[in-house]
Amino acid sequence: MQNFASIFSNAIGLIWSGDPALWAIILLSLQVSIAAVLIAAVIGLPLGAALAVSRFPGRQVVIVLVNALMGLPPVVVGLMVYLMLSNAGPLGVLQLLYTPTAMIIAQVVLVTPIVTALTRQVIETLDAEYHEHLRSIGLSRLATVPVLLWDGRFALMTAVLAGFGRAIAEVGAVIIVGGNINHVTRVMTTTIALETSKGNLSLAMALGTVLLIMAVAVNAVVGLLGLRARQVAYA
Amino acid sequence: MLKRICVTLCQAAVATGMMAGLAAADDSFIIVQSTTSTQNSGLLDAILPQFQDKTGIEVRVVAVGTGQAIRNAQNGDGDVLLVHSKPSEEQFVANGWGVQRFDVMYNDFVIVGPASDPAGVAGSEDVVDALTRIAQAGAVFASRGDDSGTHKAEIRLWAATGIDVAAQSGTWYRETGSGMGATLNTGTGMGAYIMTDRATWISFGNKGDHQVLVQGDPRMFNQYGVILVNPEKHDNIKADAGQAFIDWLTGAEGQAAIAAYQIDGQQLFFPNATR
Repeated sequence: MQNFASIFSNAIGLIWSGDPALWAIILLSLQVSIAAVLIAAVIGLPLGAALAVSRFPGRQVVIVLVNALMGLPPVVVGLMVYLMLSNAGPLGVLQLLYTPTAMIIAQVVLVTPIVTALTRQVIETLDAEYHEHLRSIGLSRLATVPVLLWDGRFALMTAVLAGFGRAIAEVGAVIIVGGNINHVTRVMTTTIALETSKGNLSLAMALGTVLLIMAVAVNAVVGLLGLRARQVAYA
Repeated sequence: MLKRICVTLCQAAVATGMMAGLAAADDSFIIVQSTTSTQNSGLLDAILPQFQDKTGIEVRVVAVGTGQAIRNAQNGDGDVLLVHSKPSEEQFVANGWGVQRFDVMYNDFVIVGPASDPAGVAGSEDVVDALTRIAQAGAVFASRGDDSGTHKAEIRLWAATGIDVAAQSGTWYRETGSGMGATLNTGTGMGAYIMTDRATWISFGNKGDHQVLVQGDPRMFNQYGVILVNPEKHDNIKADAGQAFIDWLTGAEGQAAIAAYQIDGQQLFFPNATR
């Protein structure tokens, strides 16, 4: 077993080597998880905000449910999506099993509750603050959703990044619906699982470090964009 | 600014989905449900490009345990089944899920264990006797416990000893419920005896002080078979492309490719197709 310093330098070496197979895996990881997070954001942001501002019987129950769904086990989601997309399942005709699209679907199911629940929390706080003002200019409850989402956009970036963190790190769902097929559905986490099962622990760990560096890079880019937008907004 | 980025990213997301959709519609690939031993040993990575170069058919391998591979194939989620549990394979064909079973290749199972060998089985060529001694010594034995081909073979050998290992589960008999590699990682970590196929063991990178202790018993023979999934059961089965792969694998070229695959100068699989 190597020490962590040499594993880290291995990881840097892997990135610098420009190995096309590794880069294809990295790009597919990013492609799948970013697509899943964008779709989850399109669903989860308005849904969470609507949940925050609306008042209906059973609202507390819905909030508890959405919060609980944040803890969906990836392997259960993987099984669920597998049973749907399998040729013996209801959506088998779409022929999506063992494709990147299947992996995106599974990650959307995992990430949407996270974005929804965190958005609900952020918007509820904003709503408490601005509710009187927004009502006084004649907006209905649901009409305040876009206003509050725009106002909370910087805080909501964290909600979306939390979803991205979940998506890029999970292995249980994508390995079932993607099948870890070389050059087709093999992503970083399933590669790490494969190398671990081959007993190549230091290579697996180096790949894990590469994954971590990718996650830091994505968060840094989003953080910088946010900073820039904030400067423009408050200049 | 943010809006523009969002629009671009959304377009990228839609394009990704469409590209994946197009890829799913093309017929130039087949899906093979196979076992971890054929993938972890590197065999398939080594021989499949030769088939693709010749025929233009891409082979996409889903490597899981034999039990799961068979269930996935029954669901129509694969065109070809390449696994190693002959009784289950014959059952699969008898029940109409598969067209016909062909022998492909064999290797053998071995029992690996710690160098200290607490049950004193090193050098044994009688696997039933060795397992009996491991049980009598109460030495830790790590089992796959996952309904895989290796697990089924192990259970058949335990049955021959007359020892009820299910009753011992959780004491010295430990079921990891995972793949061969994960079980080797766990087993070497706790100094356990483990039954593994030789190919996975030779290519395994985390052996610790474990070594092969029991080998050479004819009962540890490990036969691989290939079956075309029955196209009458599921409309999507690519029977022609699947059969082309089976013909290649059991024909002269495929058999030669299997024989040529080595790690550290050791041949991992021995072709024995009969046609």
